[in-house]
Amino acid sequence: MLFLAEGAQNPLIPGGAELVVGLLCFFIVFGLLGKKLLPNIQKTLEERHDAIEGGLERAAEAQAEANRTLEQYKAQLAEARHEAARITEQAREQGAQIIAEMREEGQRQREAIIAAGHAQIEADRRQVTATLRQEVGRIATDLAGKLVGESLEDHARQSRTIDRFLEGLEGSAAETGAAR
Amino acid sequence: MSAHTLLAESGCHINHDCAFPAPGLNSFDFKPIFSIGSFDFTKPMLLAIICVVLVVGFFWAAFNKPKLVPGKLQLVGEIGYNFVARSIAREVIGKKGDKYVPFLTSIFFFVWIMNVMSIIPFAQFPANSKFAFPVALAALVFITYMYLTFKTHGFRGGVKNLVWIEGLPKFLVPLIVLLEFIQNVITRPFTLAVRLWANMFAGHLLIVLFSVASWYLLTPSFLSAVAGGSFVLAAGMTAFELLIQFLQAYIFTLLASIYISGALEEGH
Repeated sequence: MLFLAEGAQNPLIPGGAELVVGLLCFFIVFGLLGKKLLPNIQKTLEERHDAIEGGLERAAEAQAEANRTLEQYKAQLAEARHEAARITEQAREQGAQIIAEMREEGQRQREAIIAAGHAQIEADRRQVTATLRQEVGRIATDLAGKLVGESLEDHARQSRTIDRFLEGLEGSAAETGAAR
Repeated sequence: MSAHTLLAESGCHINHDCAFPAPGLNSFDFKPIFSIGSFDFTKPMLLAIICVVLVVGFFWAAFNKPKLVPGKLQLVGEIGYNFVARSIAREVIGKKGDKYVPFLTSIFFFVWIMNVMSIIPFAQFPANSKFAFPVALAALVFITYMYLTFKTHGFRGGVKNLVWIEGLPKFLVPLIVLLEFIQNVITRPFTLAVRLWANMFAGHLLIVLFSVASWYLLTPSFLSAVAGGSFVLAAGMTAFELLIQFLQAYIFTLLASIYISGALEEGH
């Protein structure tokens, strides 16, 4: 019997030659597959993935870009609106301020004119009063001189007399005013 | 030459007054095809080389000039590649596992095709049932495991990653360190090799047994029913082996990626 002649040996002792052949065989497989063929297909699979899902990704990216631009545009528009509103508001404020200033200026001028008028009137009145007083005094003296026949030329006395007379006049005028 | 060819040559049959040639370790020993000095070139070596040619040839045809819209062959290759890249590497290691996909893919297909040789007519022998082949592959996985462990964590961190478990009661530490060391450094590579070897060894033995029996018992008598039963079992075992061959290649690759994942992870 052949198998008896060959003899039983421990199957768990690996043969050296087979070990070397096995390693070499695997290195050949791993070398060709690992260094060339599998990277090849990995690249192709990635390209395919890119071609299929890349299109979707690119579309999504474009969509996102459009959205971003829209947002930007909206923001700019809002800003422009805000700016316009601000400028309008500013102009309105400035206008109101100018009007107020003009009004104030007018008021001031009016008051100045009125004051000047009052002062003029007062000065005129004083002048007139003084003139009248002199005139009235002279007329009264003339009249009294004519009536009494005596010259009242003593200036001092004349003056006092006139003043007393006038005060009496003014007093009666005031009493009349008060009574009314 | 497997046992049944030997059997046919020896013409051993129940009617020839010949004892049943039960297959055994002899089924795994081959006369050298040729010898160079002390180097004997045997059938398992030839099969391994044929597997190299088949695996590389297939992937060369499928992936040498890959197209964006794949042809049939490229599509089949892609399914195989994606199976390892997604169901094993991505699933077990995660994104970091992408770097190891070529290694894992090479392992998976080399192991699988070598296993499939078990049921291919005229080959009819899984090279992985010779212990040296699983040992060579397991050694490469183990070296990768150790290299990545120490490269990722440095010497101290690497040792810690291999033997240390956080938060143990003090009295358990020596025991666990010893157990972890045995498990990670001794058992892992050993079982990785033995699992593949033993499955292929036993599968081949069963197929040979039932094949031999169905020939041995084939006589114009009631024994032909037993021979028929044996033949059905041999056919059944062949179909079953097809599953086991794939499963073992898958498990081998899965475990390799689990080890790589363990080496890359922080702590454990």
